[in-house]
Amino acid sequence: MKDVLIPDATLVSNYIQGEEQALSELISRHQQRIYSFIYSKVYDKDITEDIFQDTFIKVIRTLKRGGYNEEGKFLPWVMRIAHNLVIDHFRRNNRMPKFDNSGEFSIFSVLSDSGLNAEKQIIRDQVECDVRRLIEELPEDQKEVLVMRIYKEMSFKEIADNTGVSINTALGRMRYALINLRKVIDKHNIILTN
Amino acid sequence: MAHIYSEKQSQKCDEMKPKKETIDFLLNYSKALSVMDYKYGKFEALLN
Repeated sequence: MKDVLIPDATLVSNYIQGEEQALSELISRHQQRIYSFIYSKVYDKDITEDIFQDTFIKVIRTLKRGGYNEEGKFLPWVMRIAHNLVIDHFRRNNRMPKFDNSGEFSIFSVLSDSGLNAEKQIIRDQVECDVRRLIEELPEDQKEVLVMRIYKEMSFKEIADNTGVSINTALGRMRYALINLRKVIDKHNIILTN
Repeated sequence: MAHIYSEKQSQKCDEMKPKKETIDFLLNYSKALSVMDYKYGKFEALLN
């Protein structure tokens, strides 16, 4: 005996009344056409899968909320939802262009993470800590200028105004501060590298 | 001799289908979703 095909409208109505199996039948009946339609626009299987899923999520929600208008036919309605989601996808992609890394050139060969790894960060912290201790050993006037310049990022004019000396004196103190730091570092063979 | 395309065609058709996982997800989503009517509108709830 030949199977009698239940019309879409009946399946939709059964589904709205709570028969979950009707949805399964509707999906298996139309999945190929809807999937092919989406794929023909986006040419990417993963994106097609996502849009297919979003399409049916919208279908399920609309049907469950009672927002489906029986005037139209089921398949054209689902196709229209899929079509709108495809357009949304392209709009979103235009705002955030996706880089296709499938070619010979790999973008990751020229991009690198400039951040320090954990080990280098620890070494850097130790070096900075050592430098601070060395600075503490400098004469007060030189230390004051160096701290203002390096740590407080003040200009020599601001340093001069703050310490009540001329710009040249401030420059001179900075110079001697650096010379003295180098001397201490050389004398004690301190290695400050990262 | 004429080519028989039917076999290849049917294979291609099979590829143009969503994954089983996607279908399963949708069916489970449908089972889990319930819509409640309230004074001010409809509310959706996902029950696991």
